[in-house]
Amino acid sequence: MSAAPPADLSRPSSVMTFLSGWRAAWTSVFSLVLIGTYLGIGALAHDYGFSLWWTLISTLLIWAGPAQVILMSALGSGATTLAAAFAVGLSGVRLLPMVVSLLALIKRPDTRARDLILPAHLTAVSMWVEALRIVPTLPREERIAFSNGLGWGFMAAAHAGAVAGFHLAASLPPLLTAGLLFLTPMSFLLSTARNSRLFVDRSALALGLVIGPLFAYEQVGLDLMWTGIVAGSAAYGIDRLRRALQ
Amino acid sequence: MSAFADLSPYLVLIAAGFLPNEIWRMLGIAVAHGLDEQSEPVLLLRAVATALLAGVVAKITLFPPAGLAEVPLAVRLTAIALGFVTFLAARRSVFAGVVAGEAALILGAWLFV
Repeated sequence: MSAAPPADLSRPSSVMTFLSGWRAAWTSVFSLVLIGTYLGIGALAHDYGFSLWWTLISTLLIWAGPAQVILMSALGSGATTLAAAFAVGLSGVRLLPMVVSLLALIKRPDTRARDLILPAHLTAVSMWVEALRIVPTLPREERIAFSNGLGWGFMAAAHAGAVAGFHLAASLPPLLTAGLLFLTPMSFLLSTARNSRLFVDRSALALGLVIGPLFAYEQVGLDLMWTGIVAGSAAYGIDRLRRALQ
Repeated sequence: MSAFADLSPYLVLIAAGFLPNEIWRMLGIAVAHGLDEQSEPVLLLRAVATALLAGVVAKITLFPPAGLAEVPLAVRLTAIALGFVTFLAARRSVFAGVVAGEAALILGAWLFV
């Protein structure tokens, strides 16, 4: 027998890397946050009259908590498909900069575009935050498999939460519902703060916290998108100026 | 006709949920083409993504959905601040911060609602 082709040698290692991503998901605080958040989403789906299968498939296909809540509440309150699509499309804008910055970190010059479809689809706040923290410590050839394992691990946690929430729907006390809804802002704030090591990221976080409420209060349409563009560009501009002066 | 009626919630899911959301991820693949992590556009887009998340935090805390809206604003703000202070005190532990913030919110809601 002649030597095995390189693909066979790399295969077990990519499975191992995938599994280490899966493990990283389950040891991350985000697995708990996702179970809690999707408990709320499962309960909401039940209350709006969607089936459990519909709820699980929406998690698989959309994989963005806020978009799923928007879709269910729009359809549940009688909005047209077009109006619901528009609202979901607006909330999804944040995925674009997240996907670009993650892919820039995990791809190699010879990576095929089709190998990036899965990590791009699995990109959500939880996966993005944890991947940006862990992936830079890995060799570049392991990063895609690790990100896929991380994303599927988080998705499994979300599905577990959604199934539980769907069955518990009627019996969730209001105090617990408030606590589940509060998980999203609390965990987003702290995980983003932990990941913000560079001056530019810290400025973007601080400016977004200040500018976000102004846009929301003034009822600017697309307020989240404008918060991102205005506060993010301002933080980048300040950083650029700072680097130029050094 | 009944087969169509069974399928229609899934067609709506794809048309109103999957496609308008997924398009941003696929556009991300196109934009990422040829950009590396140190390039200036990626730094800018990461700042935009970070600021957008900060906007989500501020929006849900100040203008919350039903269910959280019944908890007074002062309780919500105290809980998020306490979570952040705990996070800093516990050597940037997200877990410790989330537990402290959640405990403060539920306790405050129990006392003041």
